[in-house]
Amino acid sequence: MSKTIAEINEKIKKGKAVVVTAEEIIELTKKKGAKKVAQEVDVVTTGTFSPMCSSGAYFNVKQPVPKMKMGGGKAYLNNVPVYVGFAAADILLGATAMPDDDPRNAVYPGQFLYGGAHVIEELVSGKPVTLTATGYGTDCYPNKKRETTLTLKDFNDAVLFNPRNGYQNYNVGINISDRVIYTYMGVLRPRMGNANYCSAGQLSPLLNDPMYRTIGLGTRIFLGGGIGYVCWPGTQHTPTAHRGKNKVPKEGAGTLAVIGDLKQMSAQWLRGVSVTGYGPTLAVSIGIPIPILDEEMVVFTSVEDKDIWAPVVDYSYDYPQGTGKRLGEVNYAELKSGKITFKGKNIPTGGMSSYLKAREVAETLKRWLLKGKFLLTEPVAPLPGA
Amino acid sequence: MNKKKFILTFPPTLIDEPITYNLIKNYNCMINILKATVRPKAEGRLVIELNGSREAVASGLDYLKKIGIQIEPLAQEVHYIKERCSHCTACIPHCPTNALSVDREEMKVSFHGERCIICEACLPVCAYKAMEIRF
Repeated sequence: MSKTIAEINEKIKKGKAVVVTAEEIIELTKKKGAKKVAQEVDVVTTGTFSPMCSSGAYFNVKQPVPKMKMGGGKAYLNNVPVYVGFAAADILLGATAMPDDDPRNAVYPGQFLYGGAHVIEELVSGKPVTLTATGYGTDCYPNKKRETTLTLKDFNDAVLFNPRNGYQNYNVGINISDRVIYTYMGVLRPRMGNANYCSAGQLSPLLNDPMYRTIGLGTRIFLGGGIGYVCWPGTQHTPTAHRGKNKVPKEGAGTLAVIGDLKQMSAQWLRGVSVTGYGPTLAVSIGIPIPILDEEMVVFTSVEDKDIWAPVVDYSYDYPQGTGKRLGEVNYAELKSGKITFKGKNIPTGGMSSYLKAREVAETLKRWLLKGKFLLTEPVAPLPGA
Repeated sequence: MNKKKFILTFPPTLIDEPITYNLIKNYNCMINILKATVRPKAEGRLVIELNGSREAVASGLDYLKKIGIQIEPLAQEVHYIKERCSHCTACIPHCPTNALSVDREEMKVSFHGERCIICEACLPVCAYKAMEIRF
């Protein structure tokens, strides 16, 4: 027996859809078996909240009088440089951009207290930001200088656009050297002092649809507290990654490019963060609903942390030097227990991804579906590897 | 060496007393001024670190008491700003006393101030800046 997305949407509209989170379905399937659950459950919600560095926003700014062309000039939002190569009034702000005078790692390890991601968080918190810009002046855009204070609603358009988000699995970072290192996987203590992971594991969107059967281009998602869409495969999307017998990748595999209206989002779900020694970045909330079309989708969404494996990578030498070497593998149940036994050593673990907030995302999306506020979408085109 | 931090409060009448000079020259204390509020005809406040032998610091403090300066030992505190915490658990492996702990069922982080030894290991680890050191 199989269902279609159209059928499930009819149930959602009537407030009759049966929706559970990717955690709840695990116990349900153990109790009732996949066949029964496929008949009973319509949608499984997934969620994640984590730093996702390949993120940013583009804006369209209202013209001053006389008009000004920023393209080819220079512009800053709160002293963070924005990219101005898109016409007169479209500017692009990257999460990892920083003010020109940020010392970076000149005083090591740098603190990176303010960057594009922090500007984004301030905007979705309703705070004003200052736009300063210079242009070279044309007959049609004679103005050469501009400084103005704007809040999110003052922009004509404000769009969150993230080229690489929602990583399907990721490395576990460890440090085998003799000195502490500061990486995007966090602070890693020497001699395998700690092991850090970055995934929601069994709640993670792409880990619940490992073969991209239901998530594709155009999939409607929960993004930063508002509605967003998968708009393209993310950069470095690698469907050919190694997979286990359960078809779940055992290393970083698929990724998603996501887009959404920044004006719908909030600081509860989008946070500017400062990763010591690495840089500023944006923590993003993503939740994707997975239609339970058939028994196979039940099996996929019932994946458990203990069956999701990740490669342990040394970030002191192997990662920066691109050797590709893996020291071993561990599963997410071990990682989330707080301690792994690796190479005969007891190693405490730290998460870079918040499981608590991943649960909040999955629960919120579940509420939206139960209220009939959110409809599923058919992918317009599949992700590569689907 | 014996390093101790103090908050010194002195009345307007003592604003002109060269206490830092005297502490160094007469009592052999190395001093580090952490914060100073000096206003004419108003109460002065100095957050100062005294570094020296036990006798030097003790006699230096005696001198301050004798001339009428109020002395309070400074407590530094680590503050956990709950609203900023994302409960990612990145801090957990770094805290030596389990002052930062996590409920593994809820995956919720908590801070137990009474266990904190102000080692400051958590400060660079928290990307959300939920840990702050305050005087």
